[in-house]
Amino acid sequence: MKLITHNMLTSNIIKGVTKGYPLGIIPRKVEVKDVDYNPEFLARMIPNMDWSAVCKAAKDVGHDEGLPKEIAPNFTENDEFLKAAHHVLLEIDVVEGDLVCPETGRKFPVSNGVPNMLLKEEEA
Amino acid sequence: MATIRTPNTSHLTSDDIEKIYEPAEDSFLLLDALEKERTFLKELNPVVCVEVGSGSGIVITYLAQLLGNCCLYLCTDINPRAAEVSRKTATINKVQVESAVSDLICAFQDWLKNKVDVLIFNPPYVITPPEEVGSYGIEASWAGGERGRQVMDRLFPLVPHILSPLGVFYLVIIKENDEADIERIMVSYGLRKISILSRRSGSEFLSVLRFNR
Repeated sequence: MKLITHNMLTSNIIKGVTKGYPLGIIPRKVEVKDVDYNPEFLARMIPNMDWSAVCKAAKDVGHDEGLPKEIAPNFTENDEFLKAAHHVLLEIDVVEGDLVCPETGRKFPVSNGVPNMLLKEEEA
Repeated sequence: MATIRTPNTSHLTSDDIEKIYEPAEDSFLLLDALEKERTFLKELNPVVCVEVGSGSGIVITYLAQLLGNCCLYLCTDINPRAAEVSRKTATINKVQVESAVSDLICAFQDWLKNKVDVLIFNPPYVITPPEEVGSYGIEASWAGGERGRQVMDRLFPLVPHILSPLGVFYLVIIKENDEADIERIMVSYGLRKISILSRRSGSEFLSVLRFNR
């Protein structure tokens, strides 16, 4: 699970949880992989990202060093920012760990790089 | 344009095939439909592509090969083994696909609002007793309950909310699913139907439909 995916996930599928965002990450195995850089793709995706959640996730997995705290105002032409975004969103892969609902503490396991967001019937 | 090869799924083990849906005629019809739609999809210039119920992952992997690294490719499956195999299929075919275990698009639903440019669903369309719907195993890949509609009918109301303004939805059905009724529902959501491809396979008459605004 890449951090771009983490940015999209909520636990408000749990009964009684209103926002459920962002999910905490308890990492057990994190891999950093080379992914082809595509600045046009990033420029289109970044407006859809909750950047403070990106920063928090990066911190949770121990890869927040040097990460800009805010989206650069001119990000579409800012190669340095786009490269930092590329790295944090697409190259950091949580392979094993847990995602944690910020309101209930309910854990969603990530195994073999796949988060499991299923709930038991009584939770939904 | 060069033809895109069918993704390599030789890594599927006999144990995988007992637990997940092995690519079959319906999967290949969907690949052919996407190939046919290639120019249209390139011009659409999508950035977010989502497949619900990805099974082996062959379809989302194929789409990623077709369109290249200009998109986010996300797939879900309610069967944990399928979600895992989907990720593996993408990796082996050298494309980037994010995979999650989820009931339809549940945990992504808020984020996906108005963002999905390409949505794909090859649903469990087989007519079965209603009680066979709701499994987390291989049965989930085919058991469609009454008219084979029980699972797809749960996704339909979400479609108009998650599609981007130019977004498209590809759906696989069989004749018994009642295409006219599905079209009527989608028209009520402001989505019009185009038939992309149909094929008879044994006793199934399969079609791939496209819906967009």
